Amino acid sequence: MSGFLEIIDTYWLYFLVGQYPNGPLGGLALTLLLASCALVMAMPLGIALAFARISPWRAVRWPVSLLVFVVRGTPLLMVVFWAYFFLPSVTGVKTNQFWTMLIALVIFDAAYLAEIIRAGIQGLPKGQMESARSLGFGYFRAMRLVVLPQAIRHMLPSLINQFISTIKETSLGYIIGLAEVSFITSQINTQVMVYPAQIYLVLGLTYLLLCFGLSRFAYWLERRRGKQQAALVARKEAT
Amino acid sequence: MPEFDASMLLSGRYHDMLLAGLWLSIQLLAISLVLALPLATCIALLRLSPFRLLRGVGFAYVETIRNIPLLAHMLFWYFGAPELLPEAAKQWLYAGNTEASCAVIALTLYTAAYMAEDIRSGIRAISFVQMEAARALGLSFLAAMRLVILPQAMRVITPPLISQTLNLWKNTSIATVIGVAELMYQAGQVESASFRSFESFAFATSAYLSLSLLITALAAWFQHRYPPRAL
Repeated sequence: MSGFLEIIDTYWLYFLVGQYPNGPLGGLALTLLLASCALVMAMPLGIALAFARISPWRAVRWPVSLLVFVVRGTPLLMVVFWAYFFLPSVTGVKTNQFWTMLIALVIFDAAYLAEIIRAGIQGLPKGQMESARSLGFGYFRAMRLVVLPQAIRHMLPSLINQFISTIKETSLGYIIGLAEVSFITSQINTQVMVYPAQIYLVLGLTYLLLCFGLSRFAYWLERRRGKQQAALVARKEAT
Repeated sequence: MPEFDASMLLSGRYHDMLLAGLWLSIQLLAISLVLALPLATCIALLRLSPFRLLRGVGFAYVETIRNIPLLAHMLFWYFGAPELLPEAAKQWLYAGNTEASCAVIALTLYTAAYMAEDIRSGIRAISFVQMEAARALGLSFLAAMRLVILPQAMRVITPPLISQTLNLWKNTSIATVIGVAELMYQAGQVESASFRSFESFAFATSAYLSLSLLITALAAWFQHRYPPRAL
C-alpha cells in the first residue's frame, strides 16, 4: 500500500503528460489525444467505406468489402507494423511513432466504423430514403440531410464503444516505442524497480476508470433513447 | 524497393523460425480457448444467478477485465503479478516457460470476460418459461441450466463464440510485448536479422488472415447447418 502513494506522489505528472513542458507530450494526455484524433479522422473514411459497401455497383462494393475483410481479419499490431516499416520505404518519408500509430488506428477504426455505420444506415426504414428522393433530393443529398443524421443518432452508443476500443488500442503504441501511458508506465517501472505490481495496477485502474465511465455514458444514452422511442410510440398510439 | 524473395519463406532458418512462431501462436489460441470456455460459462452463470452478491461478482469481473486493454493485462501478469507470489510459487513459475504461461493467463482471463457476455445473452434469449417449467418439474437451478437451458442456448451462442475465437486469435499477437516467441515476435526477429521486412510481414499477415478466414468460414457453415430454432 505504501508503494502506491509513493509512486503516485512522485510520478503523477510524468504519468499524465510525459515530459511535456520540456519535451514531447506523452502519458495519458497522449493516449487521449491519439484516440480522439483517430476516431475523428476515421469517421469520414468510415462513412465513405460504408457507402461503398452498400453501393449498387459491384465494382465499388467488392474491393471495399475485401479491404474491410482483410483489415478485420488481421491483428491491429500487424497493421501497425506495416505502417511502421512499410510506409517509410514506399513514401520515402520517415514517419514518427505518433503518425504511424495514428495512420494504423485510422485504417483499423475506419474498417470497424464502416460496419457500424452500414448497420445504422440499413437499420433505418427504407421510406426515409424514398421520401427524400421523391422530394427531389439526389442520392448523396438525401444521405447527407436525411439518412445520415438519423443513423448517426442511432449509432451514438456504438460510437462511444468504438472510442473505448480506440483508447484501448492506443496501448499498442508501446510496441513501437510511442510514449503513451502504457509505455510511460513501463519507464516508471524501470526507474522504480521495486513495486512492479502496484505500478501496473495503477495503469490498469486508470484505463478502467476512463473506459468504464465512458461505457456507462454509452449505456445511459442507449437507455434514454429507448425511453424516447417508447414515448414516441405511446404518443402515436394515443392520437 | 527490393524484389520479393519467396525462397527465404519456403526453406532455411527463417522459414523454421516463422513456422515455430505460427505453431506457438496456434498453441496459445488452443490452450487459452480451452481454459476460457469453462471460465466464461461460470461467469455467465454468476451474472444470471438469483443471488445479488454473485451477480455483482460477475459484473465486476466482466467490467474490470473488458475496460483494461489486453496489453496492460499482459504487462501486469508478466511484470507485476509474479512479484506478489510466495517464493516457492515464483520458483516454479520461473522454471517453466514464464512468458508463455503469463500470456495464456492474460489471454484466458481477457477472452473469458467477452465470452461470458455472449453466453449470458444467449441464455437470456431462451424463453424464461423453459426455466420455470424445468424448475416446476423439480430440477434445481443448476440442473435446469445444464439439462434444459444450456443445450438450447448452444445454437444461439456458438456463432458469437466463434467470432470471439477470431478475436482471441488476433489477440495472441499482443503476447509479443512480453517476449513470447509467437508469430509476431518471430516475424520481427526475422525482419531484424534479414532486413527483409516485406517477406516476413507478408508471411505473418497471410498466416493470420488465413486462419481468420477459416474461423469465419466455420461460423458461416455453423449458422447455415444449425440455424437457431424458433422457440
